[in-house]
Amino acid sequence: MKFKKNGAILCCLSAILFIAACENQESVEFKRYYSNGSLIYQQHCQNCHGTNGEGLSALIPPLTDSVYLKNNRNSLACYIRNGLKGKITLDGKEFDDAMPANNLAPMEAAEVITYIQNSFGNKLGLTTIDQAESDLEKCK
Amino acid sequence: MRNFAWAFVLISVVSACTFNSNDKKTLPILGSRKLETKTVDGKTVTDTVYQTITPFKFVNQYGDSITNKSLDADIYVADFFFTTCPSICPVMHRNMLKVYNTFKNTGDFKILSHTIDPKHDSVPVLKKYADKLGVTGNTWWFLQGKKESTYELAEKHYMVAVKGDSTAAGGYIHSGYFILVDKQKRIRGVYDGTDPNQVDQMIGDIKTLLAEPDENIAQ
Repeated sequence: MKFKKNGAILCCLSAILFIAACENQESVEFKRYYSNGSLIYQQHCQNCHGTNGEGLSALIPPLTDSVYLKNNRNSLACYIRNGLKGKITLDGKEFDDAMPANNLAPMEAAEVITYIQNSFGNKLGLTTIDQAESDLEKCK
Repeated sequence: MRNFAWAFVLISVVSACTFNSNDKKTLPILGSRKLETKTVDGKTVTDTVYQTITPFKFVNQYGDSITNKSLDADIYVADFFFTTCPSICPVMHRNMLKVYNTFKNTGDFKILSHTIDPKHDSVPVLKKYADKLGVTGNTWWFLQGKKESTYELAEKHYMVAVKGDSTAAGGYIHSGYFILVDKQKRIRGVYDGTDPNQVDQMIGDIKTLLAEPDENIAQ
């Protein structure tokens, strides 16, 4: 009887530890993507999009529209690599100037997307290198 | 008696210091200067002649002709940019927008942004740029003119290095300076337009310059 009880406790404990370890690993991975992404953002994006992702008036779109970022999450890697032209609407405003291409590696694209999608009020989770690679294969 | 003397010295020193701190801050006059000796009423007089901005003629975003005379009653800030610049221009104009919003209702203040890519930045392109930036009225002019005139004005008069360089992003390199010019067209300050702290400093200096008494201006 006593052994049974101890066994149950041990089972519970290891289950908790297992879950905690998993979560921990995931958050370590997220933090790595996020902090590398922050540096890439400073080098490639910040001049135009601003320190706080605020953009510039009606010339440069802000990066604060979570709905736009969510709806276009599988296109973001292509936008970054090939640039973006034509009219887009976000934050209720229209923008039609061109964004220049940025030749980032798939890993860098994944990192900077993770950074943008979890800064400036956005909370959209991790974009992995596998995701970025598969998105980049489908660029138009 | 001796103590009294010391007290007197102390009081004089303290009051001298206090007097100095009451002096109003004035901005330095930058650029080259030379001494000019001339004869006035039979007497030899030596005067300091400061470097001033040379006469110019450009067209603004409304298609109006703008010369140095258009700025005779104004202090102004000048910078150099182009509308398709992907590097420092958005940072400069994000900062300049703060200057514009601070002084847009001040009568005798202007901002001049000279394009260094007049081939692309025609008057309609500059107008569209101004509209999108949210700039209206006549406080902030976007000026277009002959490339050589703009470069010469920049290099020789605003001390700004603006040179064509096909290897840099956007095809041009430039320094990102904001240059503050007074009503007599003398340079009174040079600031890094990409640094928000220096731009804040410039906003303070513009207030100082606007408060400069008129008798200093009539020369």
